[in-house]
This record gives sequence, C-alpha cells and structure tokens, in this order.
Amino acid sequence: MNNNEITARLNEVFRDVFGDPSISVTPSTTSDDIEDWDSIEHINLVAAVEDEFGMRFKMREVSGMKNVGEMMNIIAERGK
Amino acid sequence: MRELNFPFDGKDIIRRRLALKKALLSDGTVRVKKKVAVLGGSTTNHIVSALELFLLNFGIEPEFYQSEYNKFYEDAVFGNPELDSFGPDIIYIHTTSRNLTLMPESPAEKPERVQQRLEEQFGIFRQVWENLIERYSCPIIQNSFELPLFRRTGSYDGWSVTGHGAFIDRMNVMLSDYARNAHGLYIHDINYLSAVCGLSRWHDAEAWYLYKYAMSTAVIPDLAYSLACIIKSIYGKNHKVIDLDLDNTLWGGVIGDDGQEGIEIGPETAVGQAYEEFQSFIKGYKDYGVLLAVCSKNEKENAILGLQHPSSVLSPSDFVSIKANWEPKDRNIAESAEELSLGLDSFVFVDDNPAECAIVEGQLPMVQTVNLSNVHDAMYKLTRGGYFEVTSVSEDDMHRSEMYKANAQRAAQRKEFESYEDYLLSLDMNAVICGFKPVYIQRITQLTNKSNQFNLTTRRYNENEIHEVSVSPDHICICGRLLDKFGDNGIVSVVIGKCRGKELDIELWLMSCRVLKRDMELAMLDELVRIAKERGVERLNGYYYKTLKNNLVSELYGSFGFTRDSLTENGDSVWHMDIVNYENRNKVIKIRDKENSNE
Repeated sequence: MNNNEITARLNEVFRDVFGDPSISVTPSTTSDDIEDWDSIEHINLVAAVEDEFGMRFKMREVSGMKNVGEMMNIIAERGK
Repeated sequence: MRELNFPFDGKDIIRRRLALKKALLSDGTVRVKKKVAVLGGSTTNHIVSALELFLLNFGIEPEFYQSEYNKFYEDAVFGNPELDSFGPDIIYIHTTSRNLTLMPESPAEKPERVQQRLEEQFGIFRQVWENLIERYSCPIIQNSFELPLFRRTGSYDGWSVTGHGAFIDRMNVMLSDYARNAHGLYIHDINYLSAVCGLSRWHDAEAWYLYKYAMSTAVIPDLAYSLACIIKSIYGKNHKVIDLDLDNTLWGGVIGDDGQEGIEIGPETAVGQAYEEFQSFIKGYKDYGVLLAVCSKNEKENAILGLQHPSSVLSPSDFVSIKANWEPKDRNIAESAEELSLGLDSFVFVDDNPAECAIVEGQLPMVQTVNLSNVHDAMYKLTRGGYFEVTSVSEDDMHRSEMYKANAQRAAQRKEFESYEDYLLSLDMNAVICGFKPVYIQRITQLTNKSNQFNLTTRRYNENEIHEVSVSPDHICICGRLLDKFGDNGIVSVVIGKCRGKELDIELWLMSCRVLKRDMELAMLDELVRIAKERGVERLNGYYYKTLKNNLVSELYGSFGFTRDSLTENGDSVWHMDIVNYENRNKVIKIRDKENSNE
C-alpha cells in the first residue's frame, strides 16, 4: 500500500467522522487544524481508521500520535 | 432509515453518524421531543451519539444531559442544579460491572460477609433510584450487570460464595426483584446483550484504560439500539401488527402446488419442526397484545387450508386480518391498516422473499420489513429487531386480539340495521366511567402515549405523572371502559381537567380509535359535566392542538356544543361551554352503577 492510497482512504475516514467533505489531510495535519478533533472525536476517528485499515493501534500509539503523518506510518506498517 | 434498522453495520454507523443525523433531521418527520439524562459510571459520549440516531429513527428527538465521568451516584443522591434545570423526561443509568466496587476480595470471606457486601452494593443503586424518582418522577432505565471476561477460578467463580460471577448473578436477581415492584424503573439487560454479542467481543480492556469505556466501541451501537427500543416502547412507539407471508414463512413449501398434505409443518421432518416452533413463537405474541395478520399471494381457500393443517399451531382465528389474493402486497397491507384503523407504521411485514420485502419497503417506507430467509434463525432475527419490545403488560394487551376480532363482528352486524342509532342500541353497550384507579394507571399511561388520532392535546404522561394528577385535589380525572355484547373493550377513553375557580381546563381528552362512532365521547362528557358541577364548576374550557394525526377531532368541541373563542393560524383552537343548564347527551350507552360493576 503506497502513501497515496493511504492518504486517499484516510481522507475519506476524516471526512466521514468530522462530517466535512472539504477536509484534506497531509502528514503535518494535527488536531489543531480540524475544529471538531477533540479527545472524544479522537476515539471515533481511531475506531474508524482501525476498521478501514483492518488493524489496531496499540494503547501507547492512540494517545501518542502527534500528527496524521505518524498515523500514516503506523498504517503503512500494519494496515491492510 | 435503512442503515439504522436491525441488522445494522455498527462500525459504519459510528463512522458516518454526522451524515446520518443530518439526513434524519431533514427528512420531514415530525418527532416527539424528549429530554434524556444519561448518568454514567463510565464514559457515555459515544453511547449518546449512537442513541441519538436510533431514537431519531424511532420518531423521538432527544435532547441530552450527560453526567460528568462516573458521577451517576453524586448526581442522583446529592442533586445537581444543572440536571434540575434540564428537567429530564427519562433517565438512563449507564453502569456496568466496573461499578461494582464491593465485590468479595478473598476466598476466606464467610457467606454472611458476602451477603453484607451484596446488600451494601445494592443499597448504593437503590439510593440512586429512590432519589431520582423522588426528585424527577420520571421513568428510569438501569443497566443490569454483565459477566466478566475472565475468571480466576474458572467455573467455580460462577457458583462459589465469593466468586465474582456469582456476585453479579445475585446482584441481577436483586435488581429484577426490586424493579418488578417499583413504578417506573426499567431494566436494560446488558447481561443478555453482552452474552448475545459474545463476552470476548463485548469487553475491551484497552477501551477502558484509554477512554474509560466499559465495553468495546464496536458494541456501542448494539447497546444503544437495545436501549432505544426500551425508550420507544415506554413512549408507545412499538409496532403493533405482525403481517405474515404464508408459503415458506409459516410452513415449508407452497400450499397451492403441494396441497395441504404436501407442506412441511409438524414433527415429521426437521424443516417441519422448525416451522412448528416458529408458529408457536409467533402465536405467543398475541398474549402481549401484538396482532397477527396474513399477507400472502395465494387463493384464499388454500391459505385457510394451510392454516387448518393438523400440525399447524396457528389457526385462521388467530389472525385479525387474512389477505390472501394476487394483489401487490403493499396494497394488501394498506388495506389491512385501514380496516384495523392502525397506522402503517404499526406494521412489521415478514416474508421469506427478499423481492416482496423490497417492494413493500419501496412503496410503504413506514412499514418495517423483515426478510426471513431461514426459518431456523427467524425467531432471533425478529426479536433482536426489538419491534415489540415490552416494558409492561397490561390486562388489555392480553385481550387485544379478541377485541379487534369483535370489531369485525360489529362491522358485520352494522350492515343489517336501518339506522345507525338502531345499530348502536343493538350493541347493548355498557360503560363504566370512574376515576383513575391504581389498576388502570398503566393502561391510562399507555393510552396517553400512543393515542394520536382522537387526542385533542396530544399531551403525553408517564406513570408517575398520571399517578400525581389522579391524587391531585385540583384535577378531575376520569377514564371510561366500554363493554358490549361482543366483548369488553377495556379502558378506551381518558379525560383530565384542571379546576381553576369556576372553570375547568380540559388538559387531555383522548379515546381509542377502536370505539369511534359509538357515542362513548358523549358518555364521557356527561360524566365530566356531572363531576365538574359537583365541584362547583360552571364552565368548561376545551383546547385543540393540531398535529399531523388528530384532524379527526378538530371540530369535536363544536359538535359538543362548545363555542369557539379563538383559532390560530397553525390550526389550534380554544373553546368553552357553560354547563349550568347542561343536559345529558348520551342516549345509547347504559352507564353501569360502579357499585355493581365487579370492579
């Protein structure tokens, strides 16, 4: 799975979860860039990403990811 | 909305919940608004999000209050001004086995010590309910407790004195014993739900450590759905009719081709056994007030022949309506609805053929369709859908089917009379009209929540509120039961008025549509006037609040002889009538002496 494919699928997840079709994520996107991305929506996001890519984040990763880039690296490593 | 009907894709619902919510809110449905307070022993945010979708889909628009994390006890027992000002219509206590803080700690503990722990633990919850009922007098829904995922001692955990599984079982028994005798406390059985989802899927320790969710996010939609079923049932939004296909739904094979001896039902074959069990299961719904109907593409004689099979558990007389013909099924369902005076949203249509389900769904989106392709899992599919979720059983429920059938007999008799009044007199009607006796409170509450057509103000009451007005010195409350030579219709009409000096404001006037055009409303008016005069009232004020469903009674007060004082643009109207010189209107119903009515 290349980075473009990950970005495209991840983007769809973000758009669904935050209900905003104009979202376009990049590796440097953080929770500050998306208005509704708070700790509660983060749980939804994690569940939806896990479902989309058929993988699970480790506990440390869930609370430790600094930006979308780190999320993409984990997906590239373990995602399907 | 199809995405939210059982069986749903929980993950998809969570992911697309914002889009789904938007679509629901803009679909033009008129919904009742309810304030739902969620008091949690763990995080509740996602439960609320999913619950919101399912309630919207059931015609209820919720507004939520959520306690701070794990503050269910504090909010309930010490009170919370924010919750006070929210003014909940219903309270959900979302606790789980994570909130059982007093579980036995050592195998050395004696039975008396464990008993003490149980009582103390149960006491915490009892305190919560008692305080909430006293403060808010609204329905309360309490989770039962789910079994743990792991057991240190294996099976022994479930039956030893100090086992945690055993402790949870005993808590659940105490919970149900209490709830059965408490008014307005309902158990949400997550002990069943977690088992049916699978404990290994239900529990997710990560979700607990990370977010303090007491269950996996994957099962939250299941939890929310089953909770939404209870709430809709409390507010009278259950379905009322199972409309069943016949061939390959109630028996194996096609009666028209295979003949009575060729269809499979009964103990001879595996398939026959499955259909026999399914039929018994369906028949059992009658005792809960669910009506059974047939909708089949068949010659009528063949349909009846199939139901007369020696092993058929269901017989033609179990059904309030049998439509067996070659018309499209949606048309037949619509006709049955018309004949039974029920809304299409009361119908659950069951068919083994997905194409028939799709047609009905397309033509009549208000009808719930259930496609049962395999008889062996039919009962599971039908029950998990929660269409007939039961929160209480009234005497009336058990006889509903007979009442609808008696209605059909009355209709047949009507054709034989010259005048309508002759017909009414021939019915030999008797009414008992009395105050809200305790045995009727449940039925009265049920009526206030599900009567839509003959309902002047469509004001909804919960059991506690009905109880309150029934003992209030300022209110006049009457309910009426109508009997005739074909049977007892049970409590069919409810009127609540509030005295204001020499005037009485009629806050509620409703009647079940099953006794329309029987002059029962006149008998009720006579009695209302009689009691009002006794209290020194000289004038009745009537209010009509227009809804999408109650056009039937827009002129009711006019027909009673009230004068209209005002009419607003949206169709609401206010009426009054002076009763000093009132003369009784009812001429066809005998009013039974309460002393001799075997009440």
